[in-house]
Amino acid sequence: MKPLLSIRNLHVSFNTYAGKVHAVRGIDLTVEKGETLAIVGESGSGKSVTSKAIMGLLPKQNALVEQGEILYEGRDLLSLNKKEMIKIRRSEIAVIFQDPMTALNPTMKVGKQVVEGAIGHQKLNKKEANNLAMDLFDMVGIPNPEIRIHQYPHEFSGGMRQRVVIAMALANKPKLLIADEPTTALDVTIQAQILDLLRDIQQKTGTSIIFITHDLGVVANIADAVAVMYAGQIVEKGKVEEVFHEPVHPYNWGLLNSMPNMETKGKLYSIPGSPPDLIHPPKGDAFAPRNEFALAIDYKQAPPTFHVSETHSAKTWLLHPQAPKINYKKVKGDLETELEVKLNHNDVLLKVSNLKKHFKLPSKQILKAVDGISLEIKKGETLGLVGESGCGKSTTGRTLIGLYEPTEGEILYNKVPLNETSKKEFSQKIQMIFQDPYASLDPRKKVEDIIAEGLDIHRLVKDKQERQKKVQTLLDAVGLQSDHAQRFPHEFSGGQRQRIGIARALAVEPELIIADEPISALDVSIQAQVVNLLKKLQKDRNLTYLFIAHDLSMVKYISDRIGVMYLGAMVEMASSDDLYKNPLHPYTQALLSAVPVPDPVVEKTRERIILEGNLPSPVNPPQGCQFRTRCPFATEKCAEIPQWREVEKDHWVACHYA
Amino acid sequence: MQQTNQSEKQVVFPEEMFKVVGRKEEESEKISKPVLSNWQDGWLRLKKNKAAIVGLFIILTIVLLSFVGPYVNEYAYDEAHYDKVYSQPNNEHWLGTDKFGRDQWTRLWEGTKVSLYIAVLAALLDILIGITYGAVSAWKGGKVDNIMQRIIEILVGIPNLIIIILLIMIMKPGIITIMLAMVITGWVNMARLVRGQVYKLKTQEYVLASRALGASTSRIILGHMLPNTLGIIIINLMFTIPSAIFTEAFLSFIGLGLQEPLASLGVLINDGFHSMRNQFYLLAYPAIVIVALMVSFNMLADGLRDAFDPKMRK
Repeated sequence: MKPLLSIRNLHVSFNTYAGKVHAVRGIDLTVEKGETLAIVGESGSGKSVTSKAIMGLLPKQNALVEQGEILYEGRDLLSLNKKEMIKIRRSEIAVIFQDPMTALNPTMKVGKQVVEGAIGHQKLNKKEANNLAMDLFDMVGIPNPEIRIHQYPHEFSGGMRQRVVIAMALANKPKLLIADEPTTALDVTIQAQILDLLRDIQQKTGTSIIFITHDLGVVANIADAVAVMYAGQIVEKGKVEEVFHEPVHPYNWGLLNSMPNMETKGKLYSIPGSPPDLIHPPKGDAFAPRNEFALAIDYKQAPPTFHVSETHSAKTWLLHPQAPKINYKKVKGDLETELEVKLNHNDVLLKVSNLKKHFKLPSKQILKAVDGISLEIKKGETLGLVGESGCGKSTTGRTLIGLYEPTEGEILYNKVPLNETSKKEFSQKIQMIFQDPYASLDPRKKVEDIIAEGLDIHRLVKDKQERQKKVQTLLDAVGLQSDHAQRFPHEFSGGQRQRIGIARALAVEPELIIADEPISALDVSIQAQVVNLLKKLQKDRNLTYLFIAHDLSMVKYISDRIGVMYLGAMVEMASSDDLYKNPLHPYTQALLSAVPVPDPVVEKTRERIILEGNLPSPVNPPQGCQFRTRCPFATEKCAEIPQWREVEKDHWVACHYA
Repeated sequence: MQQTNQSEKQVVFPEEMFKVVGRKEEESEKISKPVLSNWQDGWLRLKKNKAAIVGLFIILTIVLLSFVGPYVNEYAYDEAHYDKVYSQPNNEHWLGTDKFGRDQWTRLWEGTKVSLYIAVLAALLDILIGITYGAVSAWKGGKVDNIMQRIIEILVGIPNLIIIILLIMIMKPGIITIMLAMVITGWVNMARLVRGQVYKLKTQEYVLASRALGASTSRIILGHMLPNTLGIIIINLMFTIPSAIFTEAFLSFIGLGLQEPLASLGVLINDGFHSMRNQFYLLAYPAIVIVALMVSFNMLADGLRDAFDPKMRK
């Protein structure tokens, strides 16, 4: 059977102010009919550029396809003129974009948007178009389509909007669907819904899907075949089982090993360094400088593609018959034996009781972002805080550090109450690491001045020399080089920037660090670096962490105890092992089951609890148990507010039936 | 599978090529680009814009001439020679003389100096009032912001000319009056721009980080807000200066600005306008200078915006 789409030796480059960026450097790909191909890679690896090249959506001013061909049903898409390409885009290939919030036109009714392309292509009249829109809404699981098609995008939640975007893509029954990180902007429980939907649609319509993502768990869930990209090249590709169970490329080893699963203990495997600069792509293997098994030849000559089986191939010299055999599983095993020293945490460092933070909206409504949570953080421990977006976890963190004034409740730090007057004193003891490494560093300041800001504010250094020395020590502590001090933030990669942010927080020698989604904006291989760094610093400096995140497996790995939040309230809190093995609250159970695991066998067989619907608005939360609108076990009793009680030792839950 | 398989034809490499040498961590963390601050980066970008560089060169030349020009011959700008009224450009009077026999060369550069002086004052006012007003409005937010913005709207609503005419009723026309007129309305644009920028920066994570470190309000505004607004401020200044020059010329031309014997570009144009029929050059010189100034400042401002505004980066 001829493949639906095949890409041969594609080279794409961009002319930028700084020079020519070789974004895609010779890739070969094929997509069979009815197959889901996942392209995995870090940001900047060229995966989105590839998809745009297929669609003919590369920016004309500065993008250049230097070589190669993209054959779709035997026709080279690169040689088509504008009109023909529009025809292809309209009927044959459709895209689903990453951010459902910006992919829809806010001034147009969704029903009309969905069938806009179809009206012109299939020559539908008004009634037929209406019917088609309703059918599509039905297909993507939007309830009450007859009402919903007449609404505007702002009346839909994020998950629902993504369904609309998918419906829009399906309007002309495309043979190929390109999904560019379609679930990255969504919460785990919504992500599970959307992945389910995509799989379902593929079964019904038999379309092929190119699924672009950086999340290996999602790949394991949905893909038939996988291509791993690094620095503009495909380093390994094959059937999903081959790539996950018999990986051959060291980069793929690193990726698979650096994802913690629910059982990971000890130090995480991490790939050091950052991806290369594609303005001057390195000679030889681009991955060599970060590869602990790099061969001498890797620095001299780029490896060719070696075939392991008919479907499985990789670009690495390690597959050459002369190369030494390396057992990557052993490397992983070594790391796991590293034992963790359990601290004796008995002293309560931070005690929060009945904390509330309400925001007044311009519409005179009150948004209850945090509505009465109580928690204790013990000295030297890591408390994880998880929940979907909008559950109030970030607001909690910001209120604790004093960026927001609490509406009600008490915060005791070392038995001293935290309030407006004592804020400055505490700002030295409590520090924060922010989510977005691109927004959290002042672009006009040198790294040295960014890190030393806390030192200047609290007058912790006497003179310039001491300041300089201190900055050097901090740079060293977070694994950066001393000449980085004189540079500006825009010259660093995401992971390096996040480490600068950590160094800034450490400068004032705090006791408690609130980490607000410190890794969610980073690539997989970089996440492990930062998490390892945080763990090492905790050990060296006896730090206490409040770790806020939505990624349950990372939180499980780093935390001693975990609190689960839903709509501004804490629903369950327990030690991390306890919470994972014995989740009592139905929301926790659903959350755990929604986390994708990077193992195709597990992913494709396990039963998951798919939560119906979306997060209710915190402006008008449900009465009684807030989870009851989505809870599969809800009864009438749930209209009463459940008590926050200790069910087992150190295992707190707010549910009538736990 | 119809891919070419290169590994089929085995090439034998020397054994030592296949030794594990491991990673080169230093390499992957290294940044090879030279250290460039935002300003240096902007300057590099500006240098590539030919129009902006030409503009900058013309501005510098005119500024230099306005300081040196009046002193290269022996005449003062208000020195009348009734025996030499309306003389053609010649060896003694390079650009000729006006109706009182005053040297046009001296008057031209003296006038340019006055015009530039007014432009710089306008820029200073922009900086002092506009930036402070905008920053305070955005930083305080809420009700304060609301009231401050309404005040701005009222000021914008009153036509400039009416304010100036009203001022002339109680004051003598001159530099001070023009200044006052500018004090009342000139800074409004800047205030709005700065407000917008500070509003945006207020919720940036690096500002939050600074607050989390315990920074005082003044430190945040001076240390983080202003440096990040500076690009916009400079660009706006470059647009304010030519419009201030033009306002002065316009006011002087209609007789509400500077009065003779003082010279300014507006006064000179007014003067030349009256003798346009016979002594065309008296109008031409100041007109050329004012056009050159306006065009150059606008070209430079355009170039600066391209160089410093991240949104315009390609």
